[in-house]
Parts: sequence; C-alpha cells; structure tokens
Amino acid sequence: MTPMVDLAFLILAFFMLATKFKPEEAADVKIPSSVSADAVPDKDVFTVSVDKEGRAFVSMDNPEFRQVLIENLNKTRNLGLGPNEIKSFINIPSVGVPFNQLKSLLSLTSDQQKALKQPGIPVNDSLGGELHFWVRDALVAYSGRKLNLCIKADNNTKYPAYKNVLAAFKTNDQNKFLLVTAPEDAPAGTPLFVTRQKKSGAK
Amino acid sequence: MASIDTGGGDSGGHKKPGVKKAKKLSTKVDMTPMVDLGFLLITFFIFTTTTALPTAMKLYLPKDVDKPEEQNKVKESGAFTILLGGNDNVFYYEGLDPAKLQSTNFKGIRDEILKKKKSTNPEDLVMIIKPSEEATYKNTVDILDEMTIAEIKRYAMVDITPGEYALVKATEAASK
Repeated sequence: MTPMVDLAFLILAFFMLATKFKPEEAADVKIPSSVSADAVPDKDVFTVSVDKEGRAFVSMDNPEFRQVLIENLNKTRNLGLGPNEIKSFINIPSVGVPFNQLKSLLSLTSDQQKALKQPGIPVNDSLGGELHFWVRDALVAYSGRKLNLCIKADNNTKYPAYKNVLAAFKTNDQNKFLLVTAPEDAPAGTPLFVTRQKKSGAK
Repeated sequence: MASIDTGGGDSGGHKKPGVKKAKKLSTKVDMTPMVDLGFLLITFFIFTTTTALPTAMKLYLPKDVDKPEEQNKVKESGAFTILLGGNDNVFYYEGLDPAKLQSTNFKGIRDEILKKKKSTNPEDLVMIIKPSEEATYKNTVDILDEMTIAEIKRYAMVDITPGEYALVKATEAASK
C-alpha cells in the first residue's frame, strides 16, 4: 500500500500547486473557442461579460483600482454611495445593474447579492449606454497605465449586444480588445497550421 | 524504543533478578485515516481545478472616421465580403456588387477564403465582415478565427447595410 499512498500524495501535491480557483461570476457565460494561442493576462484586467440574454456585467481584478473606479463614478454620476457601499463594491466579483440600482445592490449582503438576478448594465444604444461611463472611469482609475480590456461573451449572444459593448469602448477611444475564448488547435492543412508546424520545427 | 524502568511496579520492595520490562510497542502507525483524508483532498482539488486556461483573441478595430475621404478605399478585385446571417448561415460575394451573393456555411467559407486568397494579389486583398443582427457572438469569433486560420492580414468588421440585410433575408427565406 505504501507506494500507492506515496503516489496519491504526489498527485495531491501536484493538484494543490496547479490549482487556480475560478473567480466567481454573476454571468453564466459559455465562451466560444478560437485558434488563438495567447493567454489572457492575469492582472490589470477589465472584463465585460455578456451572457446569452445580452446582459452586460463588468468586473475588474485589482481592488485598489476598483476603489478609485467606484469613487470616480460616485462623483461623476451622483450615485450617492456611502463608505459601506464603496467597501461592498470592492468585494463584489462583478456588477451588472444600472446606475440607479447600484446603491440598493451594494447595500445587500454578499449572499443576497449572489441570489439576486442582476438585470445587466444598459448598453442599448450605439454610444454604449451606461457601460461607456464604466469604461471611462476604469480608464481614469488606471490613468494611462496599461489596462487590458477583455470581452467575454456567450456563444449565443446576438451580435447587436456585442456591437454595443464594442461601441462603449470605441466612444472612449479604445480600439484594442482581447476576446476571451477557449483554446483550440489550428485545423490541419490550413496556412496557419503550416506556419505553426514550421515554427515548432525551427525550435 | 527505550523503556524507562521506574521501579515502582513492585510494592514489595525487593527486586527480582529479572526485572519486568514494559511490553515493546509497535512502531507502526495506522495510516488509514490519513490516506482517506489524502484521497478526499485529491478529489477536491481535481474537481475544483481549472484546466485549459482561456486564451485571448486580439481584436484591433480602426477608429471611427467620419470623413469619407479619410477612409480606405477597397479595390474591387480584392474585395471579399462575408455576411453572417442567422442560424449559422454564411453568405459571401466577391467584388463590390451584393447581387452576386452566394450562400454557404462555416465549413464551406474556409475554402472560399483560401480560393480568394490564392487568386488575388495579396496587397489588394481585403476581407469585409458584416455580421447581421441574427448572427451570434460565436459566429463573429468563428469568422475572425477563419481570418487567423487563413492568415488574412487585412480584414474589417463593418455594419451590414439595409440593402444587404434584405438580400440575406430573402436568400434565407428562399432556401427554407
């Protein structure tokens, strides 16, 4: 039995080190796959998730900047948030409510927030709706430092919803995005496949 | 293991020549509970671990230009327009005349793109992608992926014009 136990503990150690916990998300998003081989950056990420009903959610990974973001928004959009609500925003994984509901969302406890079905940030016009202000203040919070803008949308999200999200970025003069996808191999026989074969052969 | 003779075992006082030794304890520990716990932890980590980290597809969009004279002109011979309809339908036409619309699907479009790529001067080749309102995000990502797969350097994502949208609708209705 000893060798088996040894092996079992080796596997245990491997999984403990290799595990990266999934961040909690309010949106249930099944991402499409692409042949892209670049990894999603793991810091300084501003993610807009769009689920299949077209509801948009924002999340930002760095709590420091999250605080700056919400304080800015509080001022520019007159949200009337108190220190407790700001603290609640720093801990919430993602937000998907219009500005007029933000205060009531943030005054809930975190369990209540999880149970609540958030209606999504309004992005119903070609200027990006309220998402425009989220993006703007996130950029202000980062003030020139590199912020990776990620878009994570569901397979079945309709194009208009996605286009309006793009518009929210474009009206802020942001033209470089990262679309979050699942990895996939290049199909055999295609130019990309040939190039990749050559590259791996040259190594 | 060393055993300590306290000498308190006998209340009688006088020691016998053969002192009673404590029974030697076994050094083996029962490992079963530890192993149980180990396997429990393994199953926990196996289920929580996220394999296959997501990848990022770069998308660079041009700035919106209001003045038509600042926009890039597309040569007719190099233009290839892909229209994305509903239900994973794909339509395409070469050149700038939407009337030459042809219908295909995501499997067929790859060959068409490669055929166009072979037959066209690489400097002139421009792919124009126009997703319609029924197209899903997956369709959009798939077609952008086709650009990467075929190594098309110049492509643009443009809104569909009402005329083209009507054509797509009409073709979809006819094929039903």
